[in-house]
Amino acid sequence: MDSITVLMTSPMSDYLENQLKDRFNLVKLWTYSSKTDFFKHNSHSIRAIVGNTKIGADAELIDSLPELEIVSSYSVGLDKIDLRKCQEKGIRVTNTPDVLTDDVADVAMGLMLAVVRRVCECDRFVRRGLWPKGDFRLTNKFSGMQVGIVGLGRIGSAIAKRAEAFGCPISYYSRSEKPETNYKYFSNIIDLAVNCQILVVACALTEETHHIVNREVIDALGPEGILINIGRGSHIDEPELVSALLEGRLGGAGLDVFENEPEVPEQLFGLENVVLMPHVGSDTVETTDAMADLVIKNLEAHFLKKPLLTPVV
Amino acid sequence: MAHGIIYNHLDLPQVLVVRPPDSFSLYQSQYSHKFHFLKAWESPVPLDQFLSTNARNVQALLSCGRFPINVDLLRLLPSLRLVVTPSAGLNHIDLSECHSRGVAVANAGSVACCDVADLAVGLFIDVLRKISAADRYVKQGLWASKTSYPPGSKLKGKRIGIVGLGSIGQEVAKRLEAFGCSISYNSRNQKKSFSYPFYSNVVELSANSDALVICCGLSDQTHRLINKEVLLALGKEGVLINVGRGAIIDEKEMVQCLVQGDIGGAGLDVFENEPNVPKELFALDNVVLSPHRAAFTPETLTSMREIAVGNLEAFFSNKPLLSQVIDD
Repeated sequence: MDSITVLMTSPMSDYLENQLKDRFNLVKLWTYSSKTDFFKHNSHSIRAIVGNTKIGADAELIDSLPELEIVSSYSVGLDKIDLRKCQEKGIRVTNTPDVLTDDVADVAMGLMLAVVRRVCECDRFVRRGLWPKGDFRLTNKFSGMQVGIVGLGRIGSAIAKRAEAFGCPISYYSRSEKPETNYKYFSNIIDLAVNCQILVVACALTEETHHIVNREVIDALGPEGILINIGRGSHIDEPELVSALLEGRLGGAGLDVFENEPEVPEQLFGLENVVLMPHVGSDTVETTDAMADLVIKNLEAHFLKKPLLTPVV
Repeated sequence: MAHGIIYNHLDLPQVLVVRPPDSFSLYQSQYSHKFHFLKAWESPVPLDQFLSTNARNVQALLSCGRFPINVDLLRLLPSLRLVVTPSAGLNHIDLSECHSRGVAVANAGSVACCDVADLAVGLFIDVLRKISAADRYVKQGLWASKTSYPPGSKLKGKRIGIVGLGSIGQEVAKRLEAFGCSISYNSRNQKKSFSYPFYSNVVELSANSDALVICCGLSDQTHRLINKEVLLALGKEGVLINVGRGAIIDEKEMVQCLVQGDIGGAGLDVFENEPNVPKELFALDNVVLSPHRAAFTPETLTSMREIAVGNLEAFFSNKPLLSQVIDD
């Protein structure tokens, strides 16, 4: 299939890049100095896009590639892909669900424990040589804390299963109630926030969920409450979050995602009740390889006119 | 009957306190109507002199969890019948000396087990997914500088070897199973009520594990249990988590293994010579360090206080102790 031209939007994975190079004619968007330059050379040859959470396939890109047949995203999130446009034009879209569910859920749990038990702050305390001067203070008990999950999909359910093992009562807000679970359902996010101690954002980013965690929700969660985000930065009104943390109106936060990555509000850097990670929820050797394999398999299936493995559109 | 110089107006039962346990002021404020605390550390005279003057009739001692309860101390307390320690750990108490003197020992039982298990799991996730390292990286402003960030290691499918399947080890197992890890263990005795594979030999457990979680107490049998052989069996990708006692691990060997890359990483809440931590560990990104805080939540400290007092009350009313340590 090396006559088929595939566009990779950003340097997301060396392994994936090599696999694509072996199988297809690979074009790397980031090697072009300008958009015009890129379009001049490639617009009529590209039949597939491999995108990720940084650069997906927006309307402009889709419209400028008349031969585009498929967008295979190296992510489960689809917020960087203009799905409606793809649907209109009959362009297939695939993502990487399931393979990353466990890893993202693990990071959510790791962030919860790190914030509540001050794991990172304690590590900092020891490394700075402060222990001989006096003990670190007490930290709050984690087991049994009420966990509220926004979005009880694959990732949300995986988080719930883990938190249950710590004796945490689980409640959730989701588009629809899931009566097959024993978790407590709230029909709106404010009620969920009022009734939990740790609020975890685990839903997809759509127009409806943009800034779903706003000032009102943060106030409802309160000065003892903790916010964990392993979804997308834009789920949370970031300036509101920052001021709530600085003013002590929110008890703590564990964040893997931000509105304008890789920029992170610097005011958060000095806060011991905040743990920050650089969007690595699915970044394990095992999972990134599995994601890459899924991207490749979907592309091969498409060009061999076989059923796609994980189609979205 | 008492020759004690300390006159006990209220005829309350006396409880000797050599060094104060954490938040002793709360014992005082909440329980001084129940016990007369004999506060040895407040006296200007040397301990042995204080005890021979004041403690000849003392039957109960409230330990601080660190000061050694050994033959040197016990010899000075001829009437002692009970040692209560608010800790789960017993390594500061000479259990056989107590036993031969007919002194019962009560500890905090399993009140701390969830908090300790939580920290063990928190340390494990941190080491595998590099949470503290990531937090450092972001807070130093390195993400925007595009220095690429190394990937972590998946938890699901990891083989966990638990050393000591007591109440803490059981809670660790329960939690890690929910992450899709598989559990095996080494313990003094096999626990028939658990279906996890049992290894009678810790080297074998280590060779068959991706991570070892040390959850046992420190005793003569467990001192330096985790030695070079065990560490090398754990291997270059292996992770070591310790929420037991520092001296269960040969610390010097462990540090060398970490520095040389003979094991993959470590999460440590306890050390051989606290509060001193080997400085070589400070330079390592695959190590997470905690200043012996696993059990230190307000809830657990309260529970420890309550169970310690409960044991004292039971003793003085001739009832069975709540959490007696049976020397087996």
